[in-house]
Amino acid sequence: MNTPVIEVSRIRKTYGKTVAVDEVSFSVNEGEIFGLIGPNGAGKTTTMECIEGIRKPDGGTISVLGLDPFRQAYQLQERIGVQLQQAQLQKRIKVWEAVDLWASLYRKKAVTAEHLLEQLGLTDKRNAWFMNLSGGQKQRLFIALALINDPEVVFLDELTTGLDPQARRAIWELVRGIRGRGKTVFLTTHLMEEAERLCDRVAIIEHGRILDIGTPARLVDRYCPERTVVLTTEDLTADEWFRSMTGVEAVTRTGNQFTIRGLGEDLVTEVIQCLSENRIKVAEFRTILPNLEDVFLKLTGQAIRE
Amino acid sequence: MLRGLWKLTWIEIKVFLREPLGAIGSIVIPVILFIVMSRMLGNLPAMPPAIANKYIRVAVPVFVSVIITLSAVLSLVTIISIYRESGILKRLRATPLRPQTILTAHVVVKLILTAATLSLMVLAGKRYIPAGAHVPLLSFTIALLIGTWSFLSIGFVIASIVPTARFAQPIGAVILYPMIGISGLFLPTTLLPPAIQGLTRVLPLTYVVSLLQGIWMGDAWSAHIGDVTALVLLFVICTTISARIFRWE
Repeated sequence: MNTPVIEVSRIRKTYGKTVAVDEVSFSVNEGEIFGLIGPNGAGKTTTMECIEGIRKPDGGTISVLGLDPFRQAYQLQERIGVQLQQAQLQKRIKVWEAVDLWASLYRKKAVTAEHLLEQLGLTDKRNAWFMNLSGGQKQRLFIALALINDPEVVFLDELTTGLDPQARRAIWELVRGIRGRGKTVFLTTHLMEEAERLCDRVAIIEHGRILDIGTPARLVDRYCPERTVVLTTEDLTADEWFRSMTGVEAVTRTGNQFTIRGLGEDLVTEVIQCLSENRIKVAEFRTILPNLEDVFLKLTGQAIRE
Repeated sequence: MLRGLWKLTWIEIKVFLREPLGAIGSIVIPVILFIVMSRMLGNLPAMPPAIANKYIRVAVPVFVSVIITLSAVLSLVTIISIYRESGILKRLRATPLRPQTILTAHVVVKLILTAATLSLMVLAGKRYIPAGAHVPLLSFTIALLIGTWSFLSIGFVIASIVPTARFAQPIGAVILYPMIGISGLFLPTTLLPPAIQGLTRVLPLTYVVSLLQGIWMGDAWSAHIGDVTALVLLFVICTTISARIFRWE
């Protein structure tokens, strides 16, 4: 499970005076969904395209499935599947023609085109022109093209940008399915919710630099340990009890509503324990947990731009 | 290296024919042009029959053939810049396809369409080609394909320098069409002033026109080795240039 399939070491890419990727290093393990997350222009796509072998880094080393993506580009292309950000196809190419063409480009014939179209819900659209597909259908077609050679590693660049929430959820399900079949998925996204729901591990990138790497939960614990519980109760003695709890940093009250802030993941459990020990009747109870969005804010001092 | 070439070529032909303006512009218009010009010149009472005959016999088919070639080149420039701008070229490169295969497919498409248009022109305009003329059609087709093939390499150079797809058509037209004027198509190059004669020798279209005129009139290939050599040279030079400056995105 922990064999790295992608190893990136200190890669660098500049365009004129702009440093797009600055000493980036990380590795992606077999069978995981790894996300490179950050705002637009952070260097995500450049990094990914260097790993895919369609862009040459100025420095550093990359190994994918033990291959050099630039020198062994064709060997590598046989074994990976790629979806590019904002790519198009010929306007008037039919869905089945695109899949058929792509299938003919690879030596390995493991996946049947019809089966793939069916899996991605494109069977009805097999005779439609590319230009007449909806955004979600186009993305599903690009996923089909990325999967046609039954690749060992799948690259997905900003897969759900511009899609409505329903189409987005459907695509997430598809990506989980890819992992379910034992593939490794490397994706980029600027949507923190997407990263949190989909990725096993993420690397946060900003201005071409990796700020940190870890599971979403661990990153949240590391940078945003504070937890918040909001509850309403008629019991005005509760105030005292809450304040005497360990780990509580602040308690504020507006009318019957209490907001309890504290550090560490035990806070919620302790509040519940306190409520039951003291038989405090609660009408409403909710927790506010920090997420990757907050981590990003903490790390960069600014909110991620949608 | 050839993996995917035929399938890609076939798909590109289908995609091109589905484009309403593409098929009309490069196939139907030259054929109509040929028929209209042949009729017009045939009906001119003021023109001595010998001259009218010469025009219909040589000038019109060669003119239309040059138009076929130039519109193939323009169409190539446009398609390549659109494909680059919309990321199609980049997407195709992220596969085991060799870059040369992608570009070769486009050249093959244009050559097939050129041959098809020429055949249509000959079929539709058969009665304007005098019965006793004995036009060597096979040789002429080969000559036109050599000219088009060579000129498509200019197309790749132009496609490398146009900034965006919007400029592809106008920039291409500005580079290509003025060559028609002094290529010997309307006036024998020997009648032009010496300074301009020098220019015609540098312009590649002159060699296409000379080759097409000669072959249509029944010259042997050996009389046009110079033209063919010039066109092969043009191909080598332009291919070398575009190999250096061609942009995929």
